[in-house]
Amino acid sequence: MPEARVIRLHPDGPEEPTAAVSAGWEEQVAGGLDFLRRRLTGEYETDEFGFDPDLADHLLLPVLRPLFQKWFRVETQGLENVPDVGGALVVANHSGTLPLDALMTTVALHDDHPAARRFRLLGADLVFQFPFVGAMARKFGSTLACNEDAERLLTDGELVGVFPEGFKGIGKSFSERYTLQRFGRGGFVTAALRTGAPIVPCAIVGAEEIYPMIGNAKTAARILGLPYLPITPTFPLLGPLGAVPLPSKWFIAFGEPIETASYGPGAADDPMLVFNLTDQVRETIQQSLYQLLLQRRSVFS
Amino acid sequence: MPPAVVLVTGVSRWLGGALAAELAADPSVERVLGVDTVPPRPEVLRRLGRTEFVRADIRNPLIGKVIAAAGVDTVVHMNISSTPGGSGGRTSMKELNVIGTMQLLAACQRVPSVRRLVLKSTSAVYGASPRDPAVFTETMQARRVPGGGFAKDSLDIEGYVRSFARRRPEVGVAVLRFTNFIGPRIDSLLTGFLRMPVVPTALGYDARVQLLHEDDAVAVLARATTGDFAGTVNVGAEGTVLLSQAIRRLGRVPLPLPEQAMAPLGRLIRQARITDYSPEQLRFLNFGRVVDTRVLREEFGYTPRYTTAEALADYGRTVVPVVDPGAVGATLSTAGSLVGRAAGVLSSLGAVATRPAQPHAPGLRAVRDA
Repeated sequence: MPEARVIRLHPDGPEEPTAAVSAGWEEQVAGGLDFLRRRLTGEYETDEFGFDPDLADHLLLPVLRPLFQKWFRVETQGLENVPDVGGALVVANHSGTLPLDALMTTVALHDDHPAARRFRLLGADLVFQFPFVGAMARKFGSTLACNEDAERLLTDGELVGVFPEGFKGIGKSFSERYTLQRFGRGGFVTAALRTGAPIVPCAIVGAEEIYPMIGNAKTAARILGLPYLPITPTFPLLGPLGAVPLPSKWFIAFGEPIETASYGPGAADDPMLVFNLTDQVRETIQQSLYQLLLQRRSVFS
Repeated sequence: MPPAVVLVTGVSRWLGGALAAELAADPSVERVLGVDTVPPRPEVLRRLGRTEFVRADIRNPLIGKVIAAAGVDTVVHMNISSTPGGSGGRTSMKELNVIGTMQLLAACQRVPSVRRLVLKSTSAVYGASPRDPAVFTETMQARRVPGGGFAKDSLDIEGYVRSFARRRPEVGVAVLRFTNFIGPRIDSLLTGFLRMPVVPTALGYDARVQLLHEDDAVAVLARATTGDFAGTVNVGAEGTVLLSQAIRRLGRVPLPLPEQAMAPLGRLIRQARITDYSPEQLRFLNFGRVVDTRVLREEFGYTPRYTTAEALADYGRTVVPVVDPGAVGATLSTAGSLVGRAAGVLSSLGAVATRPAQPHAPGLRAVRDA
């Protein structure tokens, strides 16, 4: 029996979505059962940092994907600046009260990058002190932000992500949005210099508006042992509803890599060079933040 | 040059006995002396071969006479206890570990024939905390120095061994920092822990565990004794597993409990003599520890035959699973094939029914019959 053939309206245009793109439900169920079998019998691989690719691919990424595609409608730019293979250090601005920017960049590099790169984040030691959060962070590929771990990952050819502003960036008030805070002590630059890995500056726009922090309950934060406790227009006013991020429109832009191999590993011991490179990365990110903000029509579209 | 007379302390434990048996089987070694406070069990004694057992306490200066009289040239110090339960309480454990080592080293310093010292140490000296780097190399130190127990003893012991090495620079000193032992025959912290049918773990934590198979442990000790490596080396297998993964692979039932409940439970389990949960071991079971083994492979010259996963599987042959991973797998694959068959039936049924209700793709499309 002859089948009807679909002729594309715009043969040169972008590929139109086809109806049969989603896998059949039976395949999904079988895939789910297979995942369950692996989880129950422990038959999956984890690495020395505690990274669990099976869990990341089948649980964490699928959970984050709707947030990435539908809620924040993330647009990625400059993915060609992220190498397909080999170690590289992605340095980004940090914002948004909760580190959703780190998670969204992970999805971006896995789903949108042609080589589907794994993003290995470096997290503050506070992250690893909390139960659940710390264990999950490791399973998702994070490790402690220290030079030993960063250099080991870069030497292994991994794509490492770092947010040098740390808590100063993520916990800054809404009035300071899109102004970069101090960049730590430049530890990330020494890690890149020692391993000769390129530094890819990355600017993230949109994360500042997800939980606009209009106040900081400092006393309560100190009691809870947290670096800050945000007060936003919806939190704690609306209780758990305040945990719903505002649906801002996001852009993640990767800039041109800054090459470090030519300096040689000994350059890591030259503080002036480290300061200069740190400033160069910081300036680049700040400039591309301004450019992205000019491109953006409004916060939510 | 192979050693002529080797003295092994702690020969009545499994690992000490296995090393003595290995050395006794080596014809290039002239004499093997085994020292311990208790005589070895009959099954250990049978394997010891020509090893001469000396019942002595290393805490007693008499050990110096043994070393001098036999003209010992290589001392392997393995009489270090990791569990208070096995040595009659924490006080006597500390005394055995620290005072015993001091006495032994004092004796070795006096005897000119001693030219090699091998210390069985542990990677527990790196501690276990959330501030640790993921992988420890030999040059790193604990971020949070262990405050007590086995790890503190081991740190002290390593300190004494370093001072000994300074005072007797012509003696080759090898310090072997072992990860957790596992295997069908050895008795270690983890073998006791994982033998429990229901394994309590701290809720919200999952440790990275690096193991070492007992055969590799014996081989490394034998190589360190007969070879000429001097320095500190991490000894662990390739790869890691998560604690939750290990529990499931062995078919145990994990029982996650709030962190606060673990310490009292640990005391209960210790009193019941099931296995030893001390606070430092609880920390290890929360955060885990991984060591870099480049020095072992490249400078020491040994690559463990078992990976962590293989060592765990070999140990798994001796424990009867509570939940059989094979059965779980079989059940779920049966369920999977049933789903596949049901889907086949349903799609053949639905092929006719759903034809008119083709999903409308959004947007304008030109369709023509081929």
